[in-house]
Amino acid sequence: MEVRVEHISKRYQKPELQALKDISFEVEKGELFGLIGPDGAGKSTLFRILTTLLLPDEGHAEVAGFDVRKDLRALRSAVGYMPGRFSLYQDLSIEENLRFFATLFGTTIEANYDLIKDIYVQIEPFKDRRAGQLSGGMKQKLALCCALIHRPKVLFLDEPTTGVDAVSRKEFWQMLKGLQAEGISILVSTPYMDEASLCDRIALIQEGHILSIDQPKGLQEKYPRPLFALRAQGMNQLLDSLRDKPELASVYAFGEYHHLSFKEQSPQGMEALLADLRSQGFQDLEAHSIEAGVEDCFIELMQKSDGSSN
Amino acid sequence: MEVVIKAEKLSKAFGDFIATNAISFEVYKGEIFGFLGANGAGKTTAIRMLCGLSKPSSGEATIAGFDIYRETESIKKNIGYMSQKFSLYEDLTVAENLRFYGGIYGLGRKELKEASEAVIKNLGLEQERKKLVSSLPLGWKQKLAFSVAIMHEPKLVFLDEPTGGVDPVTRRQFWDLIHQAAARGITVFVTTHYMDEAEYCDRISMMVDGEMKALDTPRNLKKQFGVDSMDAVFYEMARGAKRSD
Repeated sequence: MEVRVEHISKRYQKPELQALKDISFEVEKGELFGLIGPDGAGKSTLFRILTTLLLPDEGHAEVAGFDVRKDLRALRSAVGYMPGRFSLYQDLSIEENLRFFATLFGTTIEANYDLIKDIYVQIEPFKDRRAGQLSGGMKQKLALCCALIHRPKVLFLDEPTTGVDAVSRKEFWQMLKGLQAEGISILVSTPYMDEASLCDRIALIQEGHILSIDQPKGLQEKYPRPLFALRAQGMNQLLDSLRDKPELASVYAFGEYHHLSFKEQSPQGMEALLADLRSQGFQDLEAHSIEAGVEDCFIELMQKSDGSSN
Repeated sequence: MEVVIKAEKLSKAFGDFIATNAISFEVYKGEIFGFLGANGAGKTTAIRMLCGLSKPSSGEATIAGFDIYRETESIKKNIGYMSQKFSLYEDLTVAENLRFYGGIYGLGRKELKEASEAVIKNLGLEQERKKLVSSLPLGWKQKLAFSVAIMHEPKLVFLDEPTGGVDPVTRRQFWDLIHQAAARGITVFVTTHYMDEAEYCDRISMMVDGEMKALDTPRNLKKQFGVDSMDAVFYEMARGAKRSD
C-alpha cells in the first residue's frame, strides 16, 4: 500500500470552512487513482496534507510508509508534487529549473533521465528559455519533469489539466499511463468527469466528503435505475416539459440529449412518455437506453447526499 | 434577424505573430454563440477586441451597432462580461457587489434596487444578501457573477469559460440561466472546454491557429465531419493545429 488515509478531517478558520470530513482511502503501488470533484471540494487540501504542507486536525495518513506528521523529511523525498498553480522559478530557464530540483533532492538530471525522457524531449529544444516565457502546455510538461526528477514513489498531481484544451488533455493522460508503467503510484485530481474513466479507481469528492470510491466501471454499474437518452426538436422546451413529468426520477441536459430515468420501472414507461410528448407537439423524438457515465453517477450521488445545497 | 456582432476580416498582430487572422462572422440577437478552440488559438485576443479593450490591427467590426475603433465606450456600456477568473469582489457582500456593479453600469437608484431584488430572488439568495461573496460556494458565485454581468440588460454578454471547475449540477443550472437570458433577447457569446456544453449553443465557431475554421450549428458540424459528438469535431479540428498555448 503506497498511500493510506484514515479518517482525515481539516477545518479552516476565516472563512470558516470544513474542508475535509472524515476522509479514508488507500492507493496501491502502481495505481492511478483519481480524485474527481469540483473546485472547493477539498482536493487541494487533501494533497497538501499528504505532501506534509498542512497538518490534518484529525486522522492518520501514510505515504510510501511514512507518517505525514512524524516523517516529514523522508516523506518529502519519496513524493513528487505538482501543485495546481504553476510554482517553478519563472526567471530560471527550463534546464536550470530541472537542475535545481534535481540538486535539491541530491540527484542529477542524468541519473534519472530515462524516467523523464519522453516528456522532456518535447520541451528540450527550448531548454534555455525562461520558465516565465513558456506557454501553458510547456509549463505543465516542465512542472511534471521537475516533480519526477528524483524518481518519487508517489506522484501527486493537483488538477494538471485544468484550463487545458481537449487535445492537450488527452496527451497528458497518455504520459501518465507511461509513468504508471514505471511502477509509480499516481494520485491525480480533476474537475473533468470524462477523465475519470482513465483512472484505475476514482473517489468522487464534493464539499469535503467522499461520495464514492470504486473502479469507474463498478461505479457506473451501481447506478440505481435504468437510464435513457432522449432528444427532439426544441431541446429547451423539451427539458422544461420533462421537468414537469411526475413519473420521472431524474432529468437533466447532457450534451446532445437529455438524460432521464423513471421512478417506477415498467416496459411501457418510455412508450407512454413518448406518446405524451408527441401529443404535446414534440417532433423527431428519439430515445434509447444508455449506460450511466461517471458524470451521471456524480449527479445522482450529489442529489442523494443533498451535497448541492443550491 | 438583428445583427449584434458583425466582424469582417478582423485581425490582430503582435509583432510578426498574428494572434487573430482575418476572422469574419455575424452573431444575431438572442443567439447563444459558442466560441471554441484550443489554447493559443486566438480566442482571448478576439474577445478583447470585441469588448473594445484592444484595437485591431486591421479589419472592421461593429458590436451592438457601435464601431470597434471609434465607439469603444459605447460598446462597454452595452455589453456584459464575466470569466472564471474575473467575477466579483470577494470581500464585499452579495448586496454590495450588486450595488457596486449597478453603479458602474450607471443604473439609477430605482432601477438598481429593482435589478438587485430580481437577481436575489431569481437565484434564491434572500438569506445570503449580507454574506461576503468569499463565503459562497463557487457555483453560487458563478451564477451570481453571471446575473451581475447582465443586470443592466446589455444587448450582448461575453462569458469566458464561465463553468470551469464547477460541479455538474451547478453547471447545468448555469446553462438554465444562459437560456433564460437568451430567451429575453440577450445575445450570449460563450467559450468553454466542456464539449457537452458546445451542444447547448445555437451555433459554434471553431478557432484554429488564429483563423475561424468552422461556423455552423452543432448538428451540421457533426454531419460535416462524419462524427457523432462535438468532442470528436473538436479533436478533428484542433489536432491539425500548429500552434498551441
